[in-house]
Amino acid sequence: MSDLVPLPVVIPLLGAAITLMLTRFPQAQRVVSLTALSAVLGVAIALLAVVSERGPLVVSVGGWPIPLGIVLVADQFAALMLVVSAAVTLCVLVYSIGQGLADGSEDTPISIYHPSYLVLTAGVTTAFLSGDLFNLYVGFEILLVASYVLITVGATEDRVRAGTTYVVVSLLSSLLFLTGVGLVYAAAGTLNMAQLAGRLDALPDGLRLMLNCMLLLAFGIKAAVFPLSAWLPDSYPTALAPVTAVFAGLLTKVGIYAIIRVETLLFPGGPTPDLLLVLALLTMLVGILGAIAQSDVKRMLSFNLVSHIGYLLFGIGLATDRGLSAAIFYAVHHIAILTTLFLVVGLVERFAGSTSLDRLGGLARLSPLLAILFFVPAMNLAGIPPFSGFLGKLGLIQAGVADGGALPLALVAGGLATSLLTLYALARVWNMAFWRPPTIAPEPAGEPRLPWLMVGSTVALVVAGLALTVLAGPLFDVTVNAADDLLDRAPYVDAVRDAGAR
Amino acid sequence: MSPNLTYVVVVGVLVAAGVTLLLERSLTRVLMGIVLLANGVNVSILAGGRFGGAPIVGTTPDGEMSDPLPQAMILTAIVITLGITAFLLALAYRSWRLVGNDEVQDDVEDRRIVTLAEQDAGPGGDEESDEDSDDEGTTGP
Repeated sequence: MSDLVPLPVVIPLLGAAITLMLTRFPQAQRVVSLTALSAVLGVAIALLAVVSERGPLVVSVGGWPIPLGIVLVADQFAALMLVVSAAVTLCVLVYSIGQGLADGSEDTPISIYHPSYLVLTAGVTTAFLSGDLFNLYVGFEILLVASYVLITVGATEDRVRAGTTYVVVSLLSSLLFLTGVGLVYAAAGTLNMAQLAGRLDALPDGLRLMLNCMLLLAFGIKAAVFPLSAWLPDSYPTALAPVTAVFAGLLTKVGIYAIIRVETLLFPGGPTPDLLLVLALLTMLVGILGAIAQSDVKRMLSFNLVSHIGYLLFGIGLATDRGLSAAIFYAVHHIAILTTLFLVVGLVERFAGSTSLDRLGGLARLSPLLAILFFVPAMNLAGIPPFSGFLGKLGLIQAGVADGGALPLALVAGGLATSLLTLYALARVWNMAFWRPPTIAPEPAGEPRLPWLMVGSTVALVVAGLALTVLAGPLFDVTVNAADDLLDRAPYVDAVRDAGAR
Repeated sequence: MSPNLTYVVVVGVLVAAGVTLLLERSLTRVLMGIVLLANGVNVSILAGGRFGGAPIVGTTPDGEMSDPLPQAMILTAIVITLGITAFLLALAYRSWRLVGNDEVQDDVEDRRIVTLAEQDAGPGGDEESDEDSDDEGTTGP
């Protein structure tokens, strides 16, 4: 059964190699990437099923003895994130194929798009499965390098400008991470996370705090936590619509995943959860206030993305069973919904030729389908019952109230305020772009047709977002189990140790 | 084990120079800064391992071997930095081709919003009322 574990990394990498060889045959490239990502989704679902039943699976790469070689570990948390990310990347791939087919290959250089996209997927899955701190760094680098290529595809002036900021900031965070890895190794003499869990506990408190903060700083940049989030709304909106969508859905959440691992497995206890709570509050409020000021839908959504990272940190900062499980649920919801919204905005841009609120208008009359596709995930993001956004926020708020301290209660208030302001920001988009009379907008020339593949994949994601509501019960069961395992640490550590003894 | 002082000084100088260059506006200097910074980080990782002879069985007695793991990690990090340096150079070149320089520019949309906010407050408010009175002036009579 543990043979399944390396597959989510190996399949996309192999796919990337094959698509790179097939650059002259776009049709074959599409088939290969679709097959590869569908296979990853299948493997991820199988992994989640197996792991939920039997506990974490461990593989030592290359058969090296365990503390020496690299291990890949799939516990419930990693498997759940794998399933969600595989589903989202598959949908976005279908969307971008639709866009590529409709545009022809002049605007979008497809030949490099597919290999980069598959490498990005491999980087994300490596980061999720990695049981070794240095391998986590490598996973991050794989996904970042692929994202550098994707964000500057076409190399127009805007993309070069935005790409420069993005590359320099990401590079700096990687260097901080690498420094952190070096210091952890110097202090503990190992980078295997299960082994570190025991050894870091024995270190003096000051040293532990320093190492912890170093890693949090690096992941904080990647996850766009407030004082470190300014790069995100600047760089994401200029990329291609599917690229922005997959970045918004996945990349920041990989940072959050790493923060959760660091906080639960490596450095539990200690003073950092309180710090995270304060940062969570600031991220929520500053992010959403930024969103209100924007007049471009993509930028407004980017600020919303930053703001809602605050909810995830809230759950992590509580460091309780309930908080963590709600945070994991919210992460799943957040990945699905933000990707959907960015894809819908891509459709809007295609339909009306702009994403600026000054130019849009009357879309609800011009294209009712588009209006529904925007409205449902928008209300979901704002947390209107009965959608999954409401359930996730409810879980977080219950966890905050159950904790009862002054800081968690302040966060509960901040979370409610942010939720209202999100509703305001999204309602503004709805009123300006969809609801007001279409006279203000220039009539789209020649009634552009939306390619059915693009619409179909967006519909699939909207439906997936709704399915999160219907399946919230079983999903919460999984997240509660995952959170228990994370806080307990023993299942993860024991699984790696047993695999080493075998 | 206490770290070698030479390494600590080298790391300090490299990182300080790297950070200074990183704060520049020209992408080429930023790139130089990143290269220095990355080398500084690599040396600091090296300083974290044990020193000694070549870690090959048979050439060095077991107790006197250096720690090979930091060296392996640095090798990986060097390869990654090399690739990204090449990519950034290409970006700087592309930016030079498009704009004529390689300065990192401000966020266009941010500047626009700031201008709008300035117009709403302060002297901009007067302008708006001026326009209003102009309108009245033209339509009134």
